[in-house]
Amino acid sequence: MWEKATILLFVACALAQDLCSPGASDGYKVRLSIKTALDDQAYEWNTNELFLFRAALAYAMRSYLPDQHFEVSNILICDETPRVSFWFVVTSVNSATLIKKEDVENAVRKSRSRINSAFLLSDQTLEFVGIAPTLAAPFVPATPPWLIAFGVVMGVVGAGIVYFLVSAVLQRKRKKKGKMADDEARAERGISGENGSGIYNTSFSDEEKMTEM
Amino acid sequence: MDKTTKSADEDRPKWDNKIQYLLTCIGFAVGLGNVWRFPYLCQIYGGGAFLIPYLIALVFEGLPLLYLELAIGQRLRLGSTGVWNSISPLLGGVGIASMIVSFLVGLFYNTILAWVLWYFFHSFQNPLPWSTCPLNVNRTGFSEECEKSTSVNYFWYRETLGITSNIEESGSIQWTMVVCLASAWCIVYICFIKGIQSMGKAVYVTATFPYLVLTIFLIRAMMLPGAVDGIKYLFTPDWEILKNPQVWLDAATQIFFSLSVAFGGLIAFSSYNDEKNNCERDAVLVGVINSATSLYASIPIFSILGFKATSAFNACQDDNILALTNQFDFSDQNITRENYNHWFNYLNNTFPSTISSLNLRTCDLQTFLDQSASGTGLAFIVFTEAVIEMPGSQIWAVLFFIMLFSLGISSMFGNIQGVLTPISDLKILPKWLPEPLVTAIVCIICFLVALIFTLGSGNYWLEVFNAYVGSVPLLIIAFFEIIGVIYVHGMKRFSDDILFMTGKRPNIFWKACWMVISPVMLLGVLIAYVALQAQTRPTYPTWNPSYEFFPQNQILEYPDWVFAIIILLSVLPIISIPIVALYGLIRRGKRRSSTRVEFSAYSNGGFESEYRQNRT
Repeated sequence: MWEKATILLFVACALAQDLCSPGASDGYKVRLSIKTALDDQAYEWNTNELFLFRAALAYAMRSYLPDQHFEVSNILICDETPRVSFWFVVTSVNSATLIKKEDVENAVRKSRSRINSAFLLSDQTLEFVGIAPTLAAPFVPATPPWLIAFGVVMGVVGAGIVYFLVSAVLQRKRKKKGKMADDEARAERGISGENGSGIYNTSFSDEEKMTEM
Repeated sequence: MDKTTKSADEDRPKWDNKIQYLLTCIGFAVGLGNVWRFPYLCQIYGGGAFLIPYLIALVFEGLPLLYLELAIGQRLRLGSTGVWNSISPLLGGVGIASMIVSFLVGLFYNTILAWVLWYFFHSFQNPLPWSTCPLNVNRTGFSEECEKSTSVNYFWYRETLGITSNIEESGSIQWTMVVCLASAWCIVYICFIKGIQSMGKAVYVTATFPYLVLTIFLIRAMMLPGAVDGIKYLFTPDWEILKNPQVWLDAATQIFFSLSVAFGGLIAFSSYNDEKNNCERDAVLVGVINSATSLYASIPIFSILGFKATSAFNACQDDNILALTNQFDFSDQNITRENYNHWFNYLNNTFPSTISSLNLRTCDLQTFLDQSASGTGLAFIVFTEAVIEMPGSQIWAVLFFIMLFSLGISSMFGNIQGVLTPISDLKILPKWLPEPLVTAIVCIICFLVALIFTLGSGNYWLEVFNAYVGSVPLLIIAFFEIIGVIYVHGMKRFSDDILFMTGKRPNIFWKACWMVISPVMLLGVLIAYVALQAQTRPTYPTWNPSYEFFPQNQILEYPDWVFAIIILLSVLPIISIPIVALYGLIRRGKRRSSTRVEFSAYSNGGFESEYRQNRT
């Protein structure tokens, strides 16, 4: 019995190796650029990190196909390189068949941000070759900021124009009043022969006062 | 003749102090061209070597013209129409030509300010709106037009201008642009509401603020990577270029247009001065500060362009590094920018076919530095792209656009003054119309006419105005100005005027320039300019998304009716010169008696007619 179990195990391992290969039709290549993303804070890629990746992918598959309980063992890795890149395939829960490419793609798409944040990476630094990142919609704020800036500037300018125009009108009214008072004062001094234009010769009027009857 | 005319002068507005006057003149001369035209010319004409024709043109053409305008305005104490009518009724057309040119230039200049306002309002967003492309209709990807060109180009051509594909398609009015244009005219109006009293106060801010911003940019730009490359590129002299006559022509035209002579604005400004004011010192000061500002502005501009080129170069290299790393599965960051060349050569020798299949771009810093631009392209495309890469982009964008706005509006003051002073001097409007109302009417008329530039094809029309109104007519007006003052008014009489105003006669340098050098230079520049323009059918670059080589500009020829409008625009301002001269000659022929109505209210009629009769 032990021999049968051992043989089965070997066959399973061999099968597993066959299932995952570079260029597998149902597999994807993954590339990580940890140093580019994290600089000094970069962590080293080792078997533990690989375990995390497999777990994250298993989580993604579970989210996408909720009735199937994927395990870490269902994610097969091969062809690791120092780039940090590798191929992976996902087997079904009973480890018999591979999950189809489209399903894997959709699962990864759905949980992409969770997988990224597990590794502190982004769409560009954790690359699934062949799965394009979904585009983030541009941020549209509720009130467009330009409207606020415009409102402030035009408010100040408009207020300024109104203020100046009103003060000009008021000044003119004051001048008119002053002018009327001036005219009255002049009329009192007795400018009989004056027709109102030109420069008034004061010496003439003084004489008039003195020779007033 | 030598008497001061104080009595009738009392209701003419005055500057509060000398500083206001100087700042206004400097603000008028220093405009957008100092920031976006001079650095470009410096760059394409061999950097440091360009300064030689530029300074020669300044000393022999710019300063004499400037001095002449300031002196004649201060002496005769009238705006451009009044001054030329005083010198000789036959020359009255020169003043009217100045007024028309000021009006036409003011129209499109304020539209540029409206664009600057639009960008200013949009600089308060995070992220900046021109840094990302908008999504396309079905939200599967970015807008196609934006993808093919860049987000910055898209924001300028599509979202700001709403540009059509050629000048014949007018497109629709861009309402957002109309609002910005109205704002720009309102701001101009509020600064002019009390004539030079309010403008003189506004100019304290608008003339000095650009220098502050330029200094801030200089400090910031110097700390950016690649700044030194930009500066080296700008100033590396290429002495060979001096053999090319085009360089001398461009230097002369640049000085001429940069100093804003022949607009009539400078004459108007100096007419509000005290009579006894040293205008020689003012002229030299304004001219030198204008050129110094051009030089000073080119340093931060080119530092930032150097930074932009370096960023583009680094991005190009990073792309190549990524391609190589992915292809050969090297460890991340094994190939860096520093050892890229070493790795590339090694790999190319060992795996040549693989390398060629990768289609790596050749990254050359020089090509990126060569991508220069001038005019609106520099401000709204190149610079906005550079600003995105700088940390704290919003602040830099806001500062930059406020600076452009201050530079532009202080030049607008000169343009508007060149229209308002002749109107008040010609006394064509009734006296009971208050000045703020006249200013408002002028601003409203300008706004309504400038609505042309808010159409889809507005940018194309603006280029037409810019190239043809603000060039040949000004050269012709300036030429007639010099001839008018030196030969009609008389060199001796002008020397006496200057003796009266400054206390000493003009020295031999000024006399030589006015009598011979400047007119000859102007005539030479004018002829060369017209000859060059007339050689080829004028063309213009267009933005056409359906062009097969998009995003390159499709170059089209102007259609015939636009060509006719171009001719009209070039001729319209200067047609007044011969018309008024003819009219004056006819009148003089008809009325030989000495009871001619003297236009200038300030000269003694009896003395004048006697003098005139002796001369004619």
